[in-house]
Amino acid sequence: MSIAQKVRELLKSHGTPSKEVYFDLENSGFVPQEVVEAMMPYFNRIGYGHPSITHKPGWEALEVVYETKELLGKTIGASDPDEIVFTHSGTEANNLAILGYLLKNRGRKGKVVVSSIEHLSVIFPAQFASELFGFKTVLVPVDSEGFVDPELFKLYVDKETVFVSIQMVNHEIGTIQKLKELIDIAKSANPDIVFHTDAVDAYGWIPIDVKKLGVDMLTISSHKIHGPRGVGALYIRKGVEVEPPIKGQLSVEKNWPGVENVPLIAGFKKAIEIMFSNFDYRVEYVRKLRDKLIKGITSSVPHTIINGPLNEYRVANNVNVSFLFIEGEALTVELSLHGVYVSSGSACSSRVLEPSHVLLAIGRKHEEAHGSILFKLSHYHREEDIDYALEVIPKAVERLRKISAWKQ
Amino acid sequence: MLLVFRLSSRIPLPYSPKVLEIFRNPRNLGPLEDANVVEMAGSPACGDMIRLYLKIVHRDDGDYIEKASFESYGCAANIAAASILTDMIIGKKVEDAWKISWKQISDELGGLPPIKYHCSILAVGALKRGIRAYYKQIGYNPPWLPKDLTVEERQVLEEEEMMERYYKAMKALGGGSR
Ligand SMILES: Cc1ncc(COP(=O)(O)O)c(C=O)c1O
Repeated sequence: MSIAQKVRELLKSHGTPSKEVYFDLENSGFVPQEVVEAMMPYFNRIGYGHPSITHKPGWEALEVVYETKELLGKTIGASDPDEIVFTHSGTEANNLAILGYLLKNRGRKGKVVVSSIEHLSVIFPAQFASELFGFKTVLVPVDSEGFVDPELFKLYVDKETVFVSIQMVNHEIGTIQKLKELIDIAKSANPDIVFHTDAVDAYGWIPIDVKKLGVDMLTISSHKIHGPRGVGALYIRKGVEVEPPIKGQLSVEKNWPGVENVPLIAGFKKAIEIMFSNFDYRVEYVRKLRDKLIKGITSSVPHTIINGPLNEYRVANNVNVSFLFIEGEALTVELSLHGVYVSSGSACSSRVLEPSHVLLAIGRKHEEAHGSILFKLSHYHREEDIDYALEVIPKAVERLRKISAWKQ
Repeated sequence: MLLVFRLSSRIPLPYSPKVLEIFRNPRNLGPLEDANVVEMAGSPACGDMIRLYLKIVHRDDGDYIEKASFESYGCAANIAAASILTDMIIGKKVEDAWKISWKQISDELGGLPPIKYHCSILAVGALKRGIRAYYKQIGYNPPWLPKDLTVEERQVLEEEEMMERYYKAMKALGGGSR
């Protein structure tokens, strides 16, 4: 049986549950209709041309690319739209920041410092740059809630340090890093340090001001804010130079070759507009849903651990729970059969059978990480969705605990 | 940070409908009151663990697995592998049950994705341990029972030992909470 056939059969056997709630916005999500509609004209009605060619459809493309740069730049306090570079994903933006800067500075040697809970699109390029150019990459440990301890961080940044990347909000456990303090420490240890932050899970959820922060580069991804997959953006402060780590024909972006994906950029723009209209109200609304879900789970299911901080430093849309005595991938399947869609940090859903490095880094034991489930909420969720999840989850956990060979 | 973890990336897992069907309705689930062998393979730290309950009886023409049941901590494939194994061995001669390979379990499940092979290895490993335990218990060494560990038993042991070594290393470095 071909893979496609197999999956078709699988889906047939799965069936469509009577109610469906999608909580896996971490890994990707649905694109709301108004965002889809904002993209449609750019496939074949306007701006379907190449934004660097001198004809009307090209200029129309250029217009929307720059409108989006201006809007995005404004939302993070950039001073010039040219400080925003579009890539084709958040992964590419992180690679451009890290490989691009270190490629430009090859031959300089020195240290690259990243936190141990960064997304793999930060850790892998940092390690890759070490192999390629002879930099030394070090991972800064975090505490049990995912914070980089400023005192400890001081020991990691010095005159040898070339580049630092520490994310603004952790994608798995929702920790809002005390970034300003870390940037100040890095810059006072060595003003030449270039500080990058992966803000993919912060953008749209906490206010960002690159100037106040003093950050040099910052990554954003469209599909994390209900925009389409396949567009990312990197803010590069004017004065910071990178060399494109992939080569090809340049267009609007002088640091990322390949023609810009204009329809998706138009969708990204719409998604930004939605995220930034009524920002505070929306975030507060989601925070309430989050707290309801956390409270509901911990009060109805025994033997759980909430991963990540439980105070104002937890981002409003993140719920991460370890259910002891069961394995997370089995729980994602069980919940899926009941229309609740989530992901797990368990080893069984990964390529090398290691659980989430983030959960291990905050000191979770393997068996605690294996039982972790990540819920990501948004303003598209309603209270009934949380009620439904809270109806399904205890039963699902109970069934798997009954099957489990690991008893309390 | 001294220890750099092997970092995981996600992988597609096109389970067969069979795995999903058994996951929904596992058979031979739970402890067996009159089991004369209870054997485990794997550990919570490994992310999968199977407990196998067997009732082995002696008849004139040999030893038979009269009853079998399981408990499984693990992914959907792990639960399905343990369940189908019990189905396959109930009523079988012990000698024939011994011959079941991890590949047969995978095939019975409609072909596990390669990354999930270890689920069928774990199930077969638990069975082989159980059969050895039975013969140790009654103090008899059947001629067909190899002295050396089989592939499945070795793999299971390796997985268990790897986790132990990991936690020892973490402890030596002052990390971990054990
Ligand atoms: C923190 C973080 N950084 C980067 C990325 C990568 O973004 P993309 O999926 O657009 O490649 C993600 C996406 O999951 C993320 O969560």
